[in-house]
Amino acid sequence: MSEKLVFDAPEIMIDRPTHYCPGCHHGVAHRLVGEVLTEMGLVDDTLCVGSIGCSVFIYNYLDVDAVEAPHGRAPAVATGLKRAHKDKFVFTYQGDGDLASIGLAEIVHAANRGEKISVVFINNTVYGMTGGQMAPTTLLGQKTTTSPNGRSAEEHGMAIRMSEIIGGLGGTAYCERVSLDSVKNIRRAKKALRKAFEMQINGTGFGFVEMLSACPTNWKMDPIAANTRISEEMIPYFPLGVFKDVTKDGEE
Amino acid sequence: MSEKKRIFIKGNEAIARGALAAGCTCYFGYPITPQNDIPEFLSTEMATVNGEFVQAESEVAAANMLLGAAAGGARAMTTSSSPGVSLMQEAISYMAGSELPGVIVNVNRGGPGLGDIGSSQGDYFQSTRGGGHGDYRTLVLAPGTCQEGYDMMIEAFDLAFKYRNPVLVLADAIVGQMKEPVIPWEPKAADNHGAENWCLDGAKGREKRLLKSLFLEDGALAGQNRNLQAKYEAMQEEARADVFECDDAELVVVAFGSIGRIVKSTVRRLRSEGKKVGLVRPLTLYPFPSEVLRDIAKKGKRFLTIEQNCGQMVDDVRLSVRGIADSEFHGHMPGDLPGSDDFLAPIIKHLED
Repeated sequence: MSEKLVFDAPEIMIDRPTHYCPGCHHGVAHRLVGEVLTEMGLVDDTLCVGSIGCSVFIYNYLDVDAVEAPHGRAPAVATGLKRAHKDKFVFTYQGDGDLASIGLAEIVHAANRGEKISVVFINNTVYGMTGGQMAPTTLLGQKTTTSPNGRSAEEHGMAIRMSEIIGGLGGTAYCERVSLDSVKNIRRAKKALRKAFEMQINGTGFGFVEMLSACPTNWKMDPIAANTRISEEMIPYFPLGVFKDVTKDGEE
Repeated sequence: MSEKKRIFIKGNEAIARGALAAGCTCYFGYPITPQNDIPEFLSTEMATVNGEFVQAESEVAAANMLLGAAAGGARAMTTSSSPGVSLMQEAISYMAGSELPGVIVNVNRGGPGLGDIGSSQGDYFQSTRGGGHGDYRTLVLAPGTCQEGYDMMIEAFDLAFKYRNPVLVLADAIVGQMKEPVIPWEPKAADNHGAENWCLDGAKGREKRLLKSLFLEDGALAGQNRNLQAKYEAMQEEARADVFECDDAELVVVAFGSIGRIVKSTVRRLRSEGKKVGLVRPLTLYPFPSEVLRDIAKKGKRFLTIEQNCGQMVDDVRLSVRGIADSEFHGHMPGDLPGSDDFLAPIIKHLED
């Protein structure tokens, strides 16, 4: 009896189990990046800049050249790498602690310079690998190991909305916030990645895709409840949509 | 032999020109006094070699841009001055851990803290002891003249690629800001020591490459540290020093960088008065020219270490001659510009002691 293969992982995905917790969206995000790179024919020309946190191991799952950056510095490392290899595709993959806290200066200035790089930003409102501490994106009332009574605006300030910041910068070519909580939103996330990556390939400028993601372990939820939290609590505060697209609104 | 043309330039410009001669194609930096002539010069000159110039948002970012360009196999550098170099230490540690070549110039100014913009040698410990976290070393070259600033930049890039390691050029505000004749020269060809075999340039037709400093598997980090230590051991053959009038000297002064040069003037004056004084001026601070000092110590000489700080290199001098001799120390405080007169009394005192 012959079998007909109707669905498979792209070749760029290394065939090994991931180390991520059940219900974590890093696996979904990795796969989307892998699919888009494969479909765009970029596998042999891609240079990945890993960051700090659970996602540092992206280089174990994608079959591309990669370098590790210090905490938050991936956009600066990517700047140097891209300047050294202008003909290659360079992307960073960063979590919210990495990008929105310690690396805020690096992401803002790389975007503002219009570096021809792409940034995949995983926002799960918590520090994952370090054990569930408060992130700059932690929502008001959210309990973490360093905000055990829930985040309060008076003590900790408000959750930072990164896409709104990046979308407002002159050098940004494309900026969109997507979510990984449903099949429909995952499909939309893939389209956003493709648009952002195209902006680098055709030399238009800096591309940024924020993905609202689940961290069931540190949220102390099962995967289904975690998905529900994204749609009911995160999306109302972090609205989905395109914050900048220079090919549409006629900006420089 | 073709006629060598001298040009009259500042030390900072000599450093920048030396980098260009060495084939540097990527410069990343952030303004800080007293090294600003370097980025200002390269902001236009980089274009002439089809290179990249980025004024980073901080020294943190500049050093990480260096890390990225180095991962791509480019001849890249950053320059700064003391407080800025402190901010770069994170990236330098990662570069050492990931075995990436890059050149970092520190035009040492006064400290600690914001200090002042005058010359100092207070960053000796930071330069030679790693500076950042973890067990690592950077090669450290110490120019004392504008010509050495030029020459050592060419050497720095070659050493960075030879050992796949960050190389620090520890200049100081005197070297950076003084102006003197320099004879520029172009090395034959840049040797990147097979960087094309490890750098990131896309995995077409080969296995993917991973440049990292994270080693979690049992024993993996221990193995990497053993590799690094073996490399630092191999670097010892690069140690160099300028040995001046030591053969019949009763007292050998050890001083580096521009202070070494000023002390040389003092030693010349004392020699003209018949006083038996010599000088060892280390040209590499890591590896430290311990063998040179040890051989001199075996001849029964006494030592005096002079630095523009509160006593740092003197530790290395003592370690070098341990079991045979010791070294006295004279420190000229950062924040005060010395002349050769300033070293007459301390040298005579130790000579006659």
